[in-house]
Amino acid sequence: MNIQLSRRHFLFASAALGGGLYLGLSPQRADAAEAGQLNAWVVVPPSGPIRIMASNPEVGQGIRTSLPMVICEELDADWAAVEIVPTLADAKTYGRQVAGGSQATPVHYENMRRVGAAARAMILDAAARAWGVPVAELSTDKGHVVHQAKRAPYGQFAAAAAALPAPDLAQVAVKDPKSFRLIGSFQPGVNNRAIVRGAQPYGIDAVVPGMVHAAFHKSGVQGAKVKSANLEAIKKLGGVKDALIVAGTDEYEGLAGGVAILAETTWHAQRARAALQVEWSDSPAAFQSTSAWAKMAAEAKGKPPGMPIHATGDVSAAMARATKRVSADYAYPFIPHVPMEPINCTAQVTGDKVEIWAPTQNPEPGRQAVAKTLGVPPENVTIHMMRVGGGFGRRLQNDYMVEAAWIARAAGKPVKLTWTREDDITQDFLRPGGWHFLEAGLDAQGRCIAWDNHFISYGRDGKFVRAADIGPRDFPAGIVDDFRVGATLLPLQHTTGYLRAPSNNAFGFVTQGFIDELAHAAGADPLQYRRDFLGSPRIIGDPKARGPYNTGRMRAVLDKAAAMAGWGRKLPKRTGLGIAFHFSHLGYFANVIEASVATDGTIKVHKIWVAGDIGRQIVNMAGATNQVQGSVLDAIGACMGHAITFADGAIEQRNFGDVPMLRNEQIPPIEVAFLTPDYPVTGLGEPAYPAVAPALANAVFAATGVRLRALPFDTSLLKA
Amino acid sequence: MKLNINGKPVEVAADPDMPLLWALRDVLGLTGTKFGCGAGFCGACTVQLDGEPVRGCQTPVSAVGTAKITTIEGLSASAWGRKLQDAWVALDVPQCGYCQAGQLLAAEALLRSTPKPTDADIDAAMSGNICRCATYTRIRAAIKQAAAA
Ligand code: FES
Ligand code: FES
Repeated sequence: MNIQLSRRHFLFASAALGGGLYLGLSPQRADAAEAGQLNAWVVVPPSGPIRIMASNPEVGQGIRTSLPMVICEELDADWAAVEIVPTLADAKTYGRQVAGGSQATPVHYENMRRVGAAARAMILDAAARAWGVPVAELSTDKGHVVHQAKRAPYGQFAAAAAALPAPDLAQVAVKDPKSFRLIGSFQPGVNNRAIVRGAQPYGIDAVVPGMVHAAFHKSGVQGAKVKSANLEAIKKLGGVKDALIVAGTDEYEGLAGGVAILAETTWHAQRARAALQVEWSDSPAAFQSTSAWAKMAAEAKGKPPGMPIHATGDVSAAMARATKRVSADYAYPFIPHVPMEPINCTAQVTGDKVEIWAPTQNPEPGRQAVAKTLGVPPENVTIHMMRVGGGFGRRLQNDYMVEAAWIARAAGKPVKLTWTREDDITQDFLRPGGWHFLEAGLDAQGRCIAWDNHFISYGRDGKFVRAADIGPRDFPAGIVDDFRVGATLLPLQHTTGYLRAPSNNAFGFVTQGFIDELAHAAGADPLQYRRDFLGSPRIIGDPKARGPYNTGRMRAVLDKAAAMAGWGRKLPKRTGLGIAFHFSHLGYFANVIEASVATDGTIKVHKIWVAGDIGRQIVNMAGATNQVQGSVLDAIGACMGHAITFADGAIEQRNFGDVPMLRNEQIPPIEVAFLTPDYPVTGLGEPAYPAVAPALANAVFAATGVRLRALPFDTSLLKA
Repeated sequence: MKLNINGKPVEVAADPDMPLLWALRDVLGLTGTKFGCGAGFCGACTVQLDGEPVRGCQTPVSAVGTAKITTIEGLSASAWGRKLQDAWVALDVPQCGYCQAGQLLAAEALLRSTPKPTDADIDAAMSGNICRCATYTRIRAAIKQAAAA
């Protein structure tokens, strides 16, 4: 039995936002003690490098570097000498193993400090006993225990330490953050060296002895099942080992129906796929069409919303009393995730045991879905969390895991399923599109006294589809007293999902664009108008619920970004500064963007200034800066070109030719500053995204007087 | 078929039409070269043939002939390659890292022909390589750092 695994079964960890983790170390095992396993995350072997477990999925957000840094800091080990070891998916031991919602840092930061500190305390305790001196006389330095002139590596005491009772995590002392040496520094990712040598395995690189390569052909119109297919002809093609029909399950988002082709290589499978002839059943998704939805949305305008979401005060009365009323229609499309590593999964099924090698952001629901679909116990499903070539939320859904497992069982051998880029785009769990029909009332001083939002989005069975919802307390609820938001749902059958800063990635554009319009309607400076809009520092929302925000922190980043950019300075013709802020995923961000617009309508972004506040501590300056730069440019990309459209039920785009991505020559300089007020440490995967598109639209308005209210930007509106 | 990969002769039993990308990945097990789009858009599959960057997904293995193939696994054999690797690590260029094999092979070819590249040189040489994580700011900085090393 694997020593680490056997030990892990005695560890119980539970984590909850704000609740804290406790790590109960119950009866010690001799084998674990000998190996120097101090707890589920820390192994100090008698000799050789100290091992720190990286228990969260790595999608490029740097969590396999940053959380081990936190442990290493409190353990006081030598970062340059430790070995970082990825773990299996094992939520019972490690708590929340999800790359999503910018939650890994807020959920784990304090706990990982305690995990590291507890391990150090055990080493010190053992060293004090071995040397016969009081613990208080000992100190540590880079993985060594120090007593006066004496200095010995941790490993010397590890076996004895591992046999000691583990300290109570809630009681264990952690460092004064002022003495941090590692946390807050710039540390390159732990897999960088392997990456630049081509030696870092991703999900798509998994190799299992005896495995075959699979293509899985599904209808672009989701929900269609295979009536017939020319399997016999396909089986005769070069390199093809087998072809089979996957009937699929009937529930929405269940296992899709299609044809699996198994071959010697991915290329053989895909080549054979080109010769595939399939007759599909009718699908309830066949009605889907972008033009039809646009018509439905236009028809909903001016009618009462299909469902109320939230209302305070009396919007109609406030509108009636307003000196000025401003209305505007905002719109944004479906957008895809297109992670660089195409969707893939390798699976092996042996009896009722399933082993999975997957690039996943969220393994636990994948385990459950595989178990349910294959009818095996969840504990029989082992998941290797491979390094992920980009997530952006796509791999929070584990559809491909179920497909690979199902096909592997049907094939009777290990299978690597690789989707093409076309599969990735046409079968994505899209960021839902939407429309906002907005009206605001301003008083004689230009203050916003009424806000009315008719939100058009997508739904099924009277509920929003995944990631299409608007929250009752979403900004600016609670700021404008006479406030109303209602929604009308359009029918949708295609899968939708979370994309970086879900909902916020669109709402930031809408609210910060509209507030800019209000500022101009009021004849006010857009920065000052926003400061006044936020008002005095206070908490908006229920402090006990998720999502309340502090207007003072918001104003501080707004002022910081404005100061960085030299807000208010004079600019050449057709050049403008735009400003915007947004709170999401516990993070406060504001941007200023300088952009110019050529006479043919081409937008050039000159520079982006970003100010963020994610609490008192940045864990890793390297990863943090990367996340901000990446989020900002991701949002710029969405302004410039990403849009998914439907015709005859299916997505029309196929590959990067239809979904243009930003390229090297389009990248503006980005200046990032973090404010670090004394609040809990939170995450960075998402909050830097939402305020970017509106800052750019607002800059374009400042440059041209043309208000862009739809994503992606239609630059033909900007011709001089 | 005989190929020369990273300085070594290699015998590969592959269909002549098979793109080099798949011969490397699925036949020879050299998985450092990545599949991104299969259609020539992204550059994830970039390898060098006689030092020139090409798209592995668009190059049939039969078209390679006697050209020397360099993949990411062989990049360390080049002095520029090692400088780039060091700069990539030190500046923490990778986010997910998936595109970086292609980026590095494109950058190495750039520095070999243009040891002191201007921004315009970098734009021209690197434009074919998409980075979905948008690590472009640091790719540029790392190329400059390697050029100065
Ligand atoms: S995989 Fe070859 S260019 Fe994208
Ligand atoms: S680092 Fe993720 S695609 Fe470039």
